[in-house]
Amino acid sequence: MKKKKLAALLLAGAMGLGLLAGCSNGGKPENGGGDAVTIKVGGIGPTTGDAAQYGTATEWGAEIAVEEINALNGPVKLEFKYEDDTGAADTAVAAYNNLKDWAKDAPLVIYGTTTTGPCVAVSAETYADRIFQLTPSASSPDVVAGKDNVFQMCFTDPYLGTAGAEYLKDKGLGTKYAVIYNNGDAYSTGIAEAFIAKTKELGMELVATQTYPDDKTTDYTVQLNACKDAGADVVFLPIYYTPASLILAQAKQMSYAPLFIGGDGMDGMLDMDGFDKSLAEGLLLMTPFSAGAEDDRTKSFVEKFQKAHNILPNQFAADGYDCMYAIYEACLEIEGLAGMDSAALCDALSAKFGSGTFKVDGLTGKDMTWKKTGEIDKAPLIFKVENGAYVDAQ
Amino acid sequence: MSFLNNAITGVSLGSIYAIIALGYTMVYGIAKMLNFAHGDVIMVGAYVCFFAMGNFNLPPAVGVVLAVVVCTVLGMVIERLAYKPLRAAPSLAVLITAIGVSYFLQNSAQLLWGAATKVFTPIVSGSLALVPGQLSISYVAILSVACCVVVMVGLTLFTGQTKLGKAMRACSEDKGAAQLMGIDVNATISMTFAIGSALAALAGVLMCSAYPVLSPTTGSLPGIKAFTAAVFGGIGSIPGALLGGVLLGVIETFANAYISTELSDAVVFAVLIVVLLVRPAGLMGKYVPEKV
Repeated sequence: MKKKKLAALLLAGAMGLGLLAGCSNGGKPENGGGDAVTIKVGGIGPTTGDAAQYGTATEWGAEIAVEEINALNGPVKLEFKYEDDTGAADTAVAAYNNLKDWAKDAPLVIYGTTTTGPCVAVSAETYADRIFQLTPSASSPDVVAGKDNVFQMCFTDPYLGTAGAEYLKDKGLGTKYAVIYNNGDAYSTGIAEAFIAKTKELGMELVATQTYPDDKTTDYTVQLNACKDAGADVVFLPIYYTPASLILAQAKQMSYAPLFIGGDGMDGMLDMDGFDKSLAEGLLLMTPFSAGAEDDRTKSFVEKFQKAHNILPNQFAADGYDCMYAIYEACLEIEGLAGMDSAALCDALSAKFGSGTFKVDGLTGKDMTWKKTGEIDKAPLIFKVENGAYVDAQ
Repeated sequence: MSFLNNAITGVSLGSIYAIIALGYTMVYGIAKMLNFAHGDVIMVGAYVCFFAMGNFNLPPAVGVVLAVVVCTVLGMVIERLAYKPLRAAPSLAVLITAIGVSYFLQNSAQLLWGAATKVFTPIVSGSLALVPGQLSISYVAILSVACCVVVMVGLTLFTGQTKLGKAMRACSEDKGAAQLMGIDVNATISMTFAIGSALAALAGVLMCSAYPVLSPTTGSLPGIKAFTAAVFGGIGSIPGALLGGVLLGVIETFANAYISTELSDAVVFAVLIVVLLVRPAGLMGKYVPEKV
């Protein structure tokens, strides 16, 4: 209630200012930096706990973009604040409430959350409160389903599974396929199910479907034995890089060397402290971003990121960077931005993103557009690991 | 052949659980408290060894010794600062403190070393091929089993034969009476924590050699599994911890392989429940009726 009042006051104030400006020198002195509209971007993601590496990456990636955008001195400025949700849904909602308090004086856009579970919880809140939300990395279709105000920067999970099966079929890679996935995780299960469905559709022989219950699992010999015994020569791993690194090591230990192919969660493996890169030799991965790409924008981003944090940025950081530019560029195209409250901004941004004609060039894709449903339209890059580096395998 | 492979995996996993469980059991047996921070001491031990080998290029043996020394000191410091002031407090207060210490260690590790997973370089690598291409035992597995047996025998002899060991058993039976007999209870409990933490460091290094990923939360799940193993074997009993650990590892691996990967933990705990129904004190635990 109080917020609405405040927003109304702000609106009235802005209108009044507009009137004054209309009568030319109305007598009131102009505010120094009054030209630029400030949008508050509230980020949410895990910076502590099990998923901390993903949350910090999305935070740091966005920070770099915000700095760049504000240095442009354009008509829109972003004010950025990041809250920790520890990867838990209840903490994420609490973080969201903190951000609402923080943004009492300016329109708020929610950036996040990083992981799917908390994102579903927060998106229900933003939908009810009419606050625009863009997630860098929560990839389940549940995040955007039925909500016109929530958009994704990453692929939805099923998309990668379908793309993976099609790629293998097109390139004629392998004859017998297996998949190992984490069935306690929505990301992994989503990709795996789409992959399994697509292999059936394309008439590919799927000989083993193996699961494990969570990413804390350390022993995968049972699953690998099952794949090996079934004679699989391609193993699809729609999982994160930490368990994947163990799978690669244990496969080597048991002299099992099929072709391994993974999704974007695999990106980052080569930069793990102490990782034996020879284990990943020949690994295929589908990801929207590679820190080794040669274009100027990626190079500059990687350089800034490394300077600030001493590690290479991964896909999460790049998605975060792109989110800030998407929000900024959309705001530039909105008419009458000054004086909008969070709800008006939400409607304007949702219309813009959902229009299908709003395009953004970023680190993770060229000419990225969004569907009305909130899903992104961009193509994955397919890389192969050769001599410890990504090589294009499109 | 895959049966034998799974059996080997189970025993080697189980022997790591057993070493952790030995630490749990020692502390519980003597101080009568559940040290839930035990799992996180494992993580600290692994990090120490990781940095000793990776950043200072020390040989693995030195890394292990360093990890053991650091964890021993850490264990004693934790005991002195967090648990000793609560000696007279209800056991629930101590339990909550232990959980607090666990979070403290995890978050400190994250602050110091970052959240990103590190890949541990095994202290021994390679494997012994029994049937080439089909059946092999990794040297880490052999080392884990050997360490586990040596530690178990060592601890049994220590508590049974030495003066300090006897003091520990006396404290375990009756702290008040032990004190009256001239045993320094505080020093004895401190010693117990030192031994338990040294074992945790050893377990951490072995575990990360077998499954070479290391993050601030690495220790929490094995810590809980090992606690289960200790209860399974009979908490407070040294041979029981070994038996419980190995059985837990084997049951978990076989449940994974032949029943379902989703249900493996459920199977493990179902077995635990059945065992506790039949033998409330665990497989080798002593049942001490409480006088009311």
